[in-house]
Parts: sequence; structure tokens; C-alpha cells
Amino acid sequence: MARHIVARTSEIPAGGNKVFGLEGRDIVVFHVNGEFFALLNRCPHEGAPLEKAACVARLTSPEPGIYQRDRVGEMLRCPWHGWEFAMRNGQSWFDPKRFRIRSYPVAVESGAELQKGPYVAETFPVHIEDNYVIVEV
Amino acid sequence: MSDVIDRPMLDQETTAATRLKIIDCDIHPSIHAHSDLNEFLPKRWQQHLKEYGSHLRTPYIGTTPYPRSSPLIARRDAWPPTGGVPGSDLEFMRKQHLDPFDVEFGILQVLDLFIFSQQNLEFGAAIQRAINDWQLAFWAHRDPRLKASILVGQDGSDLGLAEIERCARTGEYIQINVSPRANEPLGRRRYWPIYQRAQELDLPLGIHVGGYGGHAPTGGGWPSYYCEEHQSNAHTVASNLTSLVLEGVPERFPKLKIVFIEGGFGWIPATMWRMDQHFERFRSEVPHLKRKPSEYVKQHFWFTTQPIDEPDEARHLRQLIEWVGIDRLLFSSDYPHWDYDDARYAFKTPLTEAERRKIFNANARAVYKF
Repeated sequence: MARHIVARTSEIPAGGNKVFGLEGRDIVVFHVNGEFFALLNRCPHEGAPLEKAACVARLTSPEPGIYQRDRVGEMLRCPWHGWEFAMRNGQSWFDPKRFRIRSYPVAVESGAELQKGPYVAETFPVHIEDNYVIVEV
Repeated sequence: MSDVIDRPMLDQETTAATRLKIIDCDIHPSIHAHSDLNEFLPKRWQQHLKEYGSHLRTPYIGTTPYPRSSPLIARRDAWPPTGGVPGSDLEFMRKQHLDPFDVEFGILQVLDLFIFSQQNLEFGAAIQRAINDWQLAFWAHRDPRLKASILVGQDGSDLGLAEIERCARTGEYIQINVSPRANEPLGRRRYWPIYQRAQELDLPLGIHVGGYGGHAPTGGGWPSYYCEEHQSNAHTVASNLTSLVLEGVPERFPKLKIVFIEGGFGWIPATMWRMDQHFERFRSEVPHLKRKPSEYVKQHFWFTTQPIDEPDEARHLRQLIEWVGIDRLLFSSDYPHWDYDDARYAFKTPLTEAERRKIFNANARAVYKF
């Protein structure tokens, strides 16, 4: 898989996302609770753009009347039919075996580290004090 | 079937020259601002709207039925960048829906201002008149693809008949829309004058699910959850279909065309089978019926496809379509609502080119005479 430097961490605000065209695919990168997640920008059901999804919590209930919220902000709720997916791996919450969004490995590396490796291209103005979001496609 | 095309629909869609133009039978335009209606609403009713607002047949007094699932029950990506609510910006509707899907005709279905649920029948009629005029001025006259319906509340049938006359004279409306949740089941005789006029004018009767009536939407009472209430749309349509057929509306008005909108179609086969079975046993109770109930359904009724049923196995959807009848189905997207169907991906079962042509275009063309 090729590694692509897509943005500085500061370019994707907390709770927000940004879409990148990588190798012919639209990939949406979310920034949640200090972590970054990259997913294909397309719901596997009818193709809705996930950049418009709501980032919600996982709501579970062991029995009626008792509710728990966790993974706050890490669940994607499709902008059309409300299908929920775990942002961490793209699995659907209601039918994990049949439906999944394609997800991609994401890394955050400092400019100093990038400067050592093969990723210092002229096209990336590297400021070594910054952190960069890297998506593998 | 030998002529089933099993290649993905996407391949077909990419060939622009052979791409099928779509007739979308359910598009929801919204009022950008209530003041947009002022030019069509007499001062007396503008004032009424300000002072008294809606007085509805609903148990949820003082509440709005929104949000339901998502703000304004809309797709989250359908909020126009220029501001305003989903469905209120024609330019954005063109860009997001009409142009990319090659919509040849789109039929407008207005839900604003709880149009069919107003208890004050005169106020309801005034709103209906205003909305009927607004549909032309703000939509149909600005984009010839968009087609308006005459909205009438059947519980004030004299007001409704006058409105039908007023609008029909323009020759610009393509159907007459009545409430899916009137005070009584839709087959009752008190509503027949409207059906008679619809038949005489050769305008299909459109019945779009939703809204509130005075009755619980299920036989089991009022639902607790939106999830539960949304499910009841299918029951409501099924009971109104049953009422219309068994009370003899298609028998009495043999040229009347009735289109159920947004009720889906998964429930239709079982409803027909059950009606036929009961008809065999209770024929003497309903001697005004000359044919099996399913025969009336297959000749006088049409159904829009959204929200499409999604069985676990594609072949079951295929069987469902055959049981309902390929000639009965009219494609609808429900743009811009959350349960919108994308024409490219909604049918998760193979269809032949001829079948696609019927569902996405030819059936609606025949019903509405485009």
C-alpha cells in the first residue's frame, strides 16, 4: 500500500472531516478525540457521501430502561438512511458480517520523522515542527 | 428468465446515450419562508395563521412531529448551501437530484403546514389553495420538469370540489391529492363526490402516506417510537386500499386511477391474497363487488416504490415485484428525505431493460399521461 501525506493535523478540526482524492477514490478522514480515521466516502448501502454523516456515540441497552453511551463521536450515522458504522474499522453496527465501509490505515507522524524517510517530496512543504496525517491506500 | 441482465446496474448507467430518463413520482418541495405564501393566502388567513396556528387532529398537542430520525426528516446532505431548509432551493434540487439522475418529470408532494390534518376545514382549504398556487409559481413554472398536484382535504368535500374545479381549469395539475388519514376510511361514500370528479377529469388520485389523522395509526393504538410509527405507514396504506376496494370505489368509478405514494409495496401481495380469500367466504356481504378484490387492485391502483423493501435475498425482491405486478410500480425517490432511494442502487435485484423502462418511466407516463 502506498502512503500518502494528506494533511497537517491542524487542517482537520476535532470533530470534523476532510475528503481527499487518493488513487481514484474519495477518502474521508475524520478527526475524533485526537485520533484520525480514514474511510471510503461512500455508504455501502446506496452510496451516500459519508462526509455528511453524523458522528455519534454507540448506544447500547442491556434491557429496556437502561442505556449506555460509549465510543462517543466514533460511530458514523449515514446521512441518508441512518445506518451506523464503527469509524475505527468500518464495520456496520447492525450487521457486521454483511456490511462494512472500506477503511484505511492512518498514521500521524511528525515532520521530523517524515524528513528522514522517502516522503520528503518537493510537493510537500515540510515544516518539521508540524504533525502530518498519513493514509495508506 | 432468459433475458435477465445480471451485470451490475452501474455498467448500464455509464452509457449516457442509452441512459434511461427517470420519472420520479415523489419529490418534496418545502416552503422557504411562510411569507412566501402571503401572496396566495388572504389576509384573514395570514392573520389566523399568526394568531391561532395549526389546530390538528393529533394527540401530540404543542409538539412538532420533527425531527424524526434527522432534522426535518431530511438527508443530512440536502441542506442547501445558500441557507433554507431541504427541498426549498430549486437550484440546489436541480444540482443534487434532477440533473444527475436525468429526471424527465418529477411529481411534487407538499407536506408543509400539516396540510391535510387541519381541524379547521376552512383554514385547511385556504392553506391548500395557497399551496396549490405556490406549487405552480415557485416550482412548476420555474422548471417544466416539475409537476404539481391539486391538494384537497376530503373532509370538507364541498371546499375540496370547488378547489378541484379552480385548479383543473388551468390544465396544469397532473393529479388530485387527498389525505391518507381522513376522518373515516377512504372508501366511505362521503368521499365519493371527489372520486367522481377525479374520474370525470381523468386525473389520478394521489394518496401520500404520513401526517396524522384523528385515529391511532395502528390497530393496536398509538406507537411509542418513531421506528414503530414509521412501520405503521404500511398498515395505514393497506387498510385504506382494503377500504377503497371493498366499499366498491373502483367498481363504482371504473375509470378512476389511484396511486399510493410512499407506502412501499412489500405488503401488497399478502393483502390481495387475504382479500381474495375473504371474498370467497363473505361474498354475500359485499354483493356490489363483481370481481375478486385483487383484480380491482391490479387494474385501478398503482404504487410508488419507495421506501423499497430489502429482503435478505435479492431473488425475493424479484418475486415480490412479480407478485405485485411490474405494471403497478412507479419509481419514486422521496427526495430530499432521509429514506431517499437512489435510482441506481435501490433495486438490489436484476431487472430486464424492459422492466426497468416500465418501473422508472413508462408506467408513470401512462398513468399521468406525460
